[in-house]
Amino acid sequence: MSVRAANTDEGTVDEAGAARFAELLANEQRVEPTDWMPEGYRKTLIRQISQHAHSEIIGMQPEGNWITRAPSLKRKAILMAKVQDEAGHGLYLYSAAQTLGIDRETMFDQLITGAAKYSSIFNYPTPTWADMGSIGWLVDGAAICNQVPLCRASYGPYGRAMVRICKEESFHQRQGFEILLHLMRGTEAQRAMAQESVNRWYAPALMMFGPPDDDSPNSRQSMAWNIKRFSNDDLRQRFVDMLVPQAEILGVTLPDPHIKWNEERGHFDFGDLDWTEFHEVLAGNGPANTIRVARRREAHEDGAWVREAARAYADARAAEAGASQKIAS
Amino acid sequence: MTHTSNRTISDAVTAETIATAGEVAPEAVARYAVGLGDDALILAQRLGAWIAHAPELEEDVALGNIALDQLGHARSFLTYASSAWGKTEDDLAYFRDESEFFNRQLFEQPNGDFAQTIARQLVASVYFDGLYRALSLSADPTLAAIAAKAVKEVDYHVDHSVQWLLRLGLGTEISNERMQRGLDAVWPFVAELFSVDPLSENLAGIAVDPASLQADFDRVVLPAIVDAGLTVPTAPAARGGGRSGVHTEYLGPLLAEMQVLARAHPEATW
Repeated sequence: MSVRAANTDEGTVDEAGAARFAELLANEQRVEPTDWMPEGYRKTLIRQISQHAHSEIIGMQPEGNWITRAPSLKRKAILMAKVQDEAGHGLYLYSAAQTLGIDRETMFDQLITGAAKYSSIFNYPTPTWADMGSIGWLVDGAAICNQVPLCRASYGPYGRAMVRICKEESFHQRQGFEILLHLMRGTEAQRAMAQESVNRWYAPALMMFGPPDDDSPNSRQSMAWNIKRFSNDDLRQRFVDMLVPQAEILGVTLPDPHIKWNEERGHFDFGDLDWTEFHEVLAGNGPANTIRVARRREAHEDGAWVREAARAYADARAAEAGASQKIAS
Repeated sequence: MTHTSNRTISDAVTAETIATAGEVAPEAVARYAVGLGDDALILAQRLGAWIAHAPELEEDVALGNIALDQLGHARSFLTYASSAWGKTEDDLAYFRDESEFFNRQLFEQPNGDFAQTIARQLVASVYFDGLYRALSLSADPTLAAIAAKAVKEVDYHVDHSVQWLLRLGLGTEISNERMQRGLDAVWPFVAELFSVDPLSENLAGIAVDPASLQADFDRVVLPAIVDAGLTVPTAPAARGGGRSGVHTEYLGPLLAEMQVLARAHPEATW
């Protein structure tokens, strides 16, 4: 099909395709895999969707860390199901990215060689059980603020994947909130565990929205393409406004003395974040960067013989089926 | 069609519904249920350690699913059992010592490589399939309901293991060798599954006679091993004793990890 050819052939412009693309965006309609799209749009989406998929896959680790030690069987079951959901999200997202012409093996390779980025939040360790609560409440909470608008992203397969993912994420956030609520209503040691964990996760969660708007090079174009719907700072504000009343219900203190209701703005004011820390973690110097990638790589390498066996078996079955078909015809 | 109605009821059976129903298990039934619960719990704990380590993402999901199903079975059995002593599933899971666990030794065996995990899972799933099928006819309605729900899930687990047995057995030379080694490692613990269960004494009509499950097990597993180009191991049986609280060296560390947080805060709920 010529539409497809125009896509892959950089430099040539399919004028009809470009007009149609602009029209789709203007009418808030979905762009589908067979539609013409600018190369930059395709690349931006591949980058964003694969990073999101990697984040889900790496994000399995900090929580997987507590599956064997969860303090009750009910919590163990919930945590197992949650980590499994994350693997599922990774799988949908890799599939969505595949519709843009990149294969999963390439993306996975980028992940385990450290070439691809994933959300820096997963480079923080989970030393306590309360971190299962904080990840749900703060990290999944921030993820939802980021992701709900993505359900309306112009690229169809991405938007549709996000609809399903957001449903599960909001469930995860409630579970995290509930873990913390239980801790805060528990023993003194449990309350201390919850507060200490919230202290560690609060700022990193706020940084999940990315750098301030005046320092976010890719945002403007993404907004023009209807991929990104709100600016980093807008989303961060929305998140803080949501957190403050929830923290009150929990009885935890958010570790920012500058949080204060601003009547004029109709929002909560909050203090500046330490972006040096953010850039350090982003640059690979976070507390767990090396461990996370190494562990996924190890799983992948340890499993190479299994995948090879599965491939050999499938090939042999296909050859057999082919042979018997020949005989039959 | 009593079987159908059984299944309809069983669809709703979970640890939570059992706890809410407030049915108190007779002491002997409770002791038997503890053994069944421990089998499922210890294996779920082992499989849980695979999540985020599996050879491919689909297997992270599949092994996680199986672990989650087994954990569900364990919770139902242990919740029911704990009712006899006014306790909870967590009292039983987190505050018993090694010699008070009654799982058969197969389930505590280490994961090893993927092939060894598949070997252990094949044996376990086919065994559970027969056990739960028989138990779904138990005169104890709660045990019957738990088993009837579980058997539907275990059907899928059997299929998963058999498919991998074939892929690994017939895949490459290396995978064949590893699969054989996996079978060899778990085989000494097979016989114990069909040996006398001291916790099922005086429970005729309620408990399943383990010996009655062997023929069906052999009928499924032995030809599957041969079809996968592998040899049925002939290693002598281990000494067993799981149902009497006798364990291999592997259970202690597993429990230490599983129980560490709960025991650090004995007065807490989560």
